[in-house]
Amino acid sequence: MAKFTEAVESVGRATLDRLDYVGGLSIGFWSAVRALPTTLPFMGNRYRWKASIVQMLQIGVEAVPMVGLMAMCCGFILALQGASELRRVGAMSLVIPLVAIGFTREVGPLLTAIAVSGRSGAAISAEIGTMMVTEEIDTLKVMAFDPIEFVVAPKLLAGLITIPCLTAVCNVCGIFAGWIFMFVSTRLGLKLYVHNVLTSLVLRDVVSGLVKSVAFAVIIVLVGCLEGFSVRGGPEAVGRSTTAAVVKSTFLVIVADVVFTAFFYLTGKH
Amino acid sequence: MSIISVRDLVVEYGGRRVLDGLNLEVEPGETMVLLGGSGAGKSTLLRNLLGLERPQSGSVVIKGVDITCCSPAELKRVRRSIGVSFQSAALFNSLTVEDNVALALREHTSLAPSIIQLDVWMKLAAVGLEDSGKLYPQELSGGMRKRASVARALALDPEILVFDEPSAGLDPIVAAELDELILFSKRVFQMTVVVVTHELASAFRIADRIAMLYNGTFLAVGTKDEIRVSQNPHIRQFLDRVPDTVATSHVVESFMEKYLRSSEVTP
Repeated sequence: MAKFTEAVESVGRATLDRLDYVGGLSIGFWSAVRALPTTLPFMGNRYRWKASIVQMLQIGVEAVPMVGLMAMCCGFILALQGASELRRVGAMSLVIPLVAIGFTREVGPLLTAIAVSGRSGAAISAEIGTMMVTEEIDTLKVMAFDPIEFVVAPKLLAGLITIPCLTAVCNVCGIFAGWIFMFVSTRLGLKLYVHNVLTSLVLRDVVSGLVKSVAFAVIIVLVGCLEGFSVRGGPEAVGRSTTAAVVKSTFLVIVADVVFTAFFYLTGKH
Repeated sequence: MSIISVRDLVVEYGGRRVLDGLNLEVEPGETMVLLGGSGAGKSTLLRNLLGLERPQSGSVVIKGVDITCCSPAELKRVRRSIGVSFQSAALFNSLTVEDNVALALREHTSLAPSIIQLDVWMKLAAVGLEDSGKLYPQELSGGMRKRASVARALALDPEILVFDEPSAGLDPIVAAELDELILFSKRVFQMTVVVVTHELASAFRIADRIAMLYNGTFLAVGTKDEIRVSQNPHIRQFLDRVPDTVATSHVVESFMEKYLRSSEVTP
């Protein structure tokens, strides 16, 4: 009986912890959204806009080579795997829609999110965690600055702009890798390949992928920030928060992907 | 009327009482030193004075505003009249020294860039860093970082200047220089100064009054001379540097004996 009570207690405690975390994310999200106008050009604070540009370079531009290369590898793999099965039923031409639709709807947003989570989610958490340890966040508060406006909002704006852009780059690179495969295996010209890609895609495919990437951006930035702000103690706590930021944001991105995919499936034409 | 007024301040962490009903009045223009040993509650009191933590009960009234229950906008307004130099200096590593000092001026005032530049130069000159404005914090020595943080704290010409352990980690000469800088800043900028420290020499050099903190309560609040002649055993122990426990070979021997005995019994 005592063991059963203990088990129920631990399940309850774990559930409360998860709810607490989701509550923290929700509060962080609304605070960041309220502070977002201060980061906009012309109407906001020009120093926040400048900080946002720096963040866009770090989260977006600097990640282009890595995301591009990963996308090309995955595009090639997807085409190879698809072709190995489709060849047997004489449907090699279906490799093109497989790569095009697969990337725009699913692989592009997910691959980009995982790459950015590992790269920028960790960096965001480490940066804010270090600021906590070195009392820089306290300094911001006593200097009458709002840390959410000063630190989080520029990162959120940068994520919201650059992650969908990176997703688009990822899609293009992945689909291009599919053409390389098709050219090597069937001598298919680029013009014809592009024509086939465009005819197999509909606007909904692209939009659903980009909507997902916006949600992933919010998750990556907010989890990174929340983990950073929760740092207490010394440098080892920064390391722990960085690891937690990557693990939790990757997990939440996949959960969100399931939810969005189910939503688009249920609301789509059958 | 006091510029800072602490009334019945109680702070608890996980049921453990860290500050136990503190009362303190700081008059405008005076230098109040909060003196105490490690774990006495100095840093907790400082964080409550700055509104970085909410106490369990009691109030902290700064310039007539109770910062424990005021609105965020009021808290921001009060904080603009306080300059803080933290123990670790807490300079923003991504900004140059000049930009660290200029940050508050750029964001909280509508001054022209040329005026801000002049003001920044003046504040850096006041702390002896007029040639170091273009350097980044990581390029400065410990003493220079502390000075830069003082310049940043002075940026908005605050009415209250707060120092957290200004001499910690500095050699005696640099620590003495920093004491003189605090006295100079107070004289030139006409401010109320609150200093949290456990350094006796520094405390008696800069203080007008000293509040002696022990286990979350004030043992005494008085002038330097009143504290110096106090007969309170804890104050005397602190001033005379008498240790609580002394490590002796006898203690180690008895510990080893106990350990060996318990090892013999345990299979």
